[in-house]
Amino acid sequence: MSAHVTAAHGAAHGAGAHEDSHGDGAHSYAIHLQHSRLGLWLFFISEIFLFGALLAARFYLWRDDHGAIVRPELDQVVGLIVTGVLLLSSWSMNMAETGMEYDDRRTFSIGMISTFILGSIFLVGVMIFEWGLIPFPGYTAHLKPWDGAFGAIVFGMTGIHALHVLSGLIFIAIVWRLGRLGHYSGEQHWGVEACAIYWHYVDLVWIFFYPAIYLIGHAVHH
Amino acid sequence: MTLMSLGLVRGLVGQVVGTLIGFALIIIGRLLMGYDDPWYAEGAWALGSVFGTLGFLVGVGAMDDWFQWMVGRFPPIHHGPPKGKPAWTRYFGVDYNHKIIGIQYGVTSLVALMIGGGCAVVFRTELARSGLQFLSPELYNTLIGIHGWAALASILLGVGAMANYLVPLMVGADDMAFPRLNAFAYWINVPAIMLLLGSLVMNWDSGWTFYPPLSTRGSVGYQLAFYSIYMIGLSSILGSINIIVTMLLMRPKGMSLFRMPIFCWAMLATSLLQMTATQTIGQAVLMLSLERALGMGYFDPVSGLATATPNGDPILFQHIFWFYSHPAVYIFVLPGLGIISEILPVFARKPLFGYRWIAMSSLAIALVGFLVWGHHMFTSGYSPYLRIPFMLSTLLVAVPTGVKFFSWLGTLWGGKLTFPTPMLFALGAISVFLIGGLSGPVLATVTTDLYLHDTYFVVGHFHATIFGGFVFPFFAALYFWYPKITGRMYNETLGKIHFWLMTPAFWMMSLGQMTVGTMGMRRRIADYEQALGGMINDPVTVVRDGANVLISHGLGKVEVGHIIITIAGFTIAFSVLLMIYNLFNSLDVGELAGNNPWRSRSPEWQIPSPIPEHSYPTPITVVGEPYDYGLAGSTYVSMTPAPGGDD
Ligand SMILES: [Cu+2]
Repeated sequence: MSAHVTAAHGAAHGAGAHEDSHGDGAHSYAIHLQHSRLGLWLFFISEIFLFGALLAARFYLWRDDHGAIVRPELDQVVGLIVTGVLLLSSWSMNMAETGMEYDDRRTFSIGMISTFILGSIFLVGVMIFEWGLIPFPGYTAHLKPWDGAFGAIVFGMTGIHALHVLSGLIFIAIVWRLGRLGHYSGEQHWGVEACAIYWHYVDLVWIFFYPAIYLIGHAVHH
Repeated sequence: MTLMSLGLVRGLVGQVVGTLIGFALIIIGRLLMGYDDPWYAEGAWALGSVFGTLGFLVGVGAMDDWFQWMVGRFPPIHHGPPKGKPAWTRYFGVDYNHKIIGIQYGVTSLVALMIGGGCAVVFRTELARSGLQFLSPELYNTLIGIHGWAALASILLGVGAMANYLVPLMVGADDMAFPRLNAFAYWINVPAIMLLLGSLVMNWDSGWTFYPPLSTRGSVGYQLAFYSIYMIGLSSILGSINIIVTMLLMRPKGMSLFRMPIFCWAMLATSLLQMTATQTIGQAVLMLSLERALGMGYFDPVSGLATATPNGDPILFQHIFWFYSHPAVYIFVLPGLGIISEILPVFARKPLFGYRWIAMSSLAIALVGFLVWGHHMFTSGYSPYLRIPFMLSTLLVAVPTGVKFFSWLGTLWGGKLTFPTPMLFALGAISVFLIGGLSGPVLATVTTDLYLHDTYFVVGHFHATIFGGFVFPFFAALYFWYPKITGRMYNETLGKIHFWLMTPAFWMMSLGQMTVGTMGMRRRIADYEQALGGMINDPVTVVRDGANVLISHGLGKVEVGHIIITIAGFTIAFSVLLMIYNLFNSLDVGELAGNNPWRSRSPEWQIPSPIPEHSYPTPITVVGEPYDYGLAGSTYVSMTPAPGGDD
C-alpha cells in the first residue's frame, strides 16, 4: 500500500544515494542510474501481476447465469471525464520531464504543477462520483463496496489504482520541490525521470482498467 | 547505552504505537460517521496491523534516509558498526552491509523455524493417540495454520539469508545494488512475525490456505495473519528486485552469465518467481481482509445483492492463492537445489556435471511452475476440462528436475569423495528430495489424486519436497559457510550427530505420513478414528466382580503410524536444537578456520574469514570456469585487477 510509495522511492533513490559514494561523480552516477532504471522496471513487471490478478478477478466474477460477460451500469460521463483528465496528465508530465532535460526549470515547474492538479482532479472525481465518499449536491454514487461482486470489483480496482495515483501525487510533490531547490540538472535528474515513468505507468494501468470496468460486456441493472 | 538505542526495541515500541493509531483512526472515523459503537474489531485490527508495521519501520529507522531524501538531503551510506555503541548492536538495528543483513535474515529464519517447529511438536503430540487429549479443535487448527506460515516465513527468510550473504560475494560486488531497500526488505519481516504471533493468541481456524468461506467468517485473528503474510510477501518482492539488479549489472570483468557460481542461477530463477507471483498472494489476502472488514463480495457466494447481479466465488480465491502458492514451492526449493549443486563439486573434487543444463533447468522449473497451479484444485469443482492440461503441465516439471538429479549423480560419479557435515546434508537432501519427487506424479495424476487429495499422503509428499529441497540444503549451507562467516569451525562431531539423527527420522516421518494417508488418515483434522486402517490388538474385556472391565484399549494401525511419526518429529526437533547450540557455541570455542578450509574455487573463499567490512579490496576478475575442480593449472578468479583495461 504505502509500501508502494516507498518501493518506488527506494528504486528511485539509488541515484541520490550514491552521489556520495567513492569514485568520480559522473561515472558513478551513470552506473547507479543504470541500476535504478532496471530496478524500477522490474518493480513495474512485478506490479503487472497485481493488476493482472484484479483484471482476472473481474472477468471471472462478472458473468451472468449463462456465462456471458456483464458489467454494472456506471455513470459513463464520469468515467470518460476522469479518463480524459488522466491521459492529459501524462502529457503534462512528459512536458515536465522534457523541460528538465533541457534545464528549463520553468517548463518543468509548470508541467509538474499541471500534472499534480490533473491527478488530483482524477482522484477527487473518483472519490466523489464513483465512491460517493465526499457528498456532492444532487449526486448519488451508484455502488457500495458491499454490493456483491459488482461493488467489490469496482471498489477493489479503482481503490488499488487510486492508491497508486495518490503515491504518484506524493512523489510529484516531493520531486517538484526538490527541483525547485535546484537538485536536478539536464544531465542528472533520475528523480524526475522515475517520477515521470511511474506516472505514465499508473496511467497505462488505467487504460486497461477503464474498459474493463466501464465498457466491456452488457450492462446489468442492479 | 540504553535499551532504546537498539533499533529493534524502538521498532517494537513503534509497532505498538502504530497499532494504537490504527485503532484510533477507526474509532474516530466511525464516530464521525455517526455510529453508536465506535469500536469495530475487524477494521481496527486490519488498520492496526498496517499502521503497526509502518510504526515498526519508522521506529527501527529503516526509512530514515528516505525521509531525508524527501527534504532534499542525501546522507551517505553508513559503513561499519554504529558510532559509540558496541559492535554487536549493529545486528539489532538498521545496517546496510549485505553480510550483516544476511546474518540478520539467517538468525530470524531460525527463530521463525523454532516457532513453526514448536507448533508442530505440540499438535504432533496431540495426534500421537486417538481421542482429543489436550488441544481444542480451534486451537489445533490455529496451530497448524501458524505452523504453516511460520515455517514458510522461515524458509523465505532462509532464502533471503543465503541470497543476501552469498550473491554479492559470488559476483564480486561490494554490496547489493540498493542497500537501503535491502535493509527495509529485511526489517519488514520482523513486525510481520509479531503479527503472526499475535494471530496465534486471537485464533484463526482455516489452516494455512485460508480457503473461504471459512476464512471470511470466524474470529478476528485472521486479519493479523493476512497482514503478516502481506508484509512477508512485500519483503520477497523488494528483495528479489535487488538480487536481480545486483546479479545482472554488478558482475566483475570476465564473469559472463554462464560463469556465475551455479547458486546465482538458482537465485535468478527464484527471484523472477518471487518478484512476480508474490503479488497475487498479497492481493488474495488483501481481498479476504476487505471482504471481512467491509463485506466486499469477492469470494463468499452469498454476500451480494439479490437477483441478477453476480456474487463472489470461493473458487476464484483458490486460483489466485495457488497462482502464488505453487510457484512458492519453487521459490523454496530452487535455492536449495542450487546449494546442492554448489557443494557437491567441492567435496567430489570434480567439475559440476552439465553446468549449462543445471542453469537452464532452474529457469525451466520456474517457467513451468507458472502453469501448474490447478493441480491443487482437482477436487475443488472447477471445470473438468482443466484437469488434464494441469496434470500434463505438472508432470512436465519432472523433466528439468530429473536433469538436476542426473547432474548430481554425474558430479559424484568417480569423484574423490569426502564426507564432512555439509556434504552429508547435501547427500541427505538428495535422498529426501527423491522421496518427495517420486511421490509427486502420484498426486499430479488426476485419477490417483481424487483419492489421495485430502489425506496425509499430501502432507508426506510436501514435507519431503520442502525438507529435501530447502531444509537439508539450508543446513548444509549453514555448516558450509559457517567458517567463512565466523572465521571458526563448527563442531564436526555434533554436526554429524545432527545429520544421523535427522535424516533417518525424516525418512520415517515422511514415509509414515504417506502410509497413514493411504490408510485413510485425513489432513487438517484434530482427531481420528482409532480403528482406521484396522486394529493391531482388539480391546480385551474380562469379567471381574461380575462386571465387564476393559483391560486393554487396543492399538489402531493408524495410531501406530502416528506414534512413529511423532517420535520421528521429536527427534528432528531435538537434532535442530543441537545444530543451533553447535552454531552458537562454536562462535567462542570453534577452532580457527582459515580462509578456505574446503578448498573451494568460489571468490568468497579467497578472502579472509570473517570477511572484512569491504569484502574485496580491489575488483576481482574472472579468468576461467567456476567448477574445474581437479583440473591442473585452472583458475576461476584472479584477485588482482586485470592489466590494461581501465574500466
Ligand atoms: Cu503445487
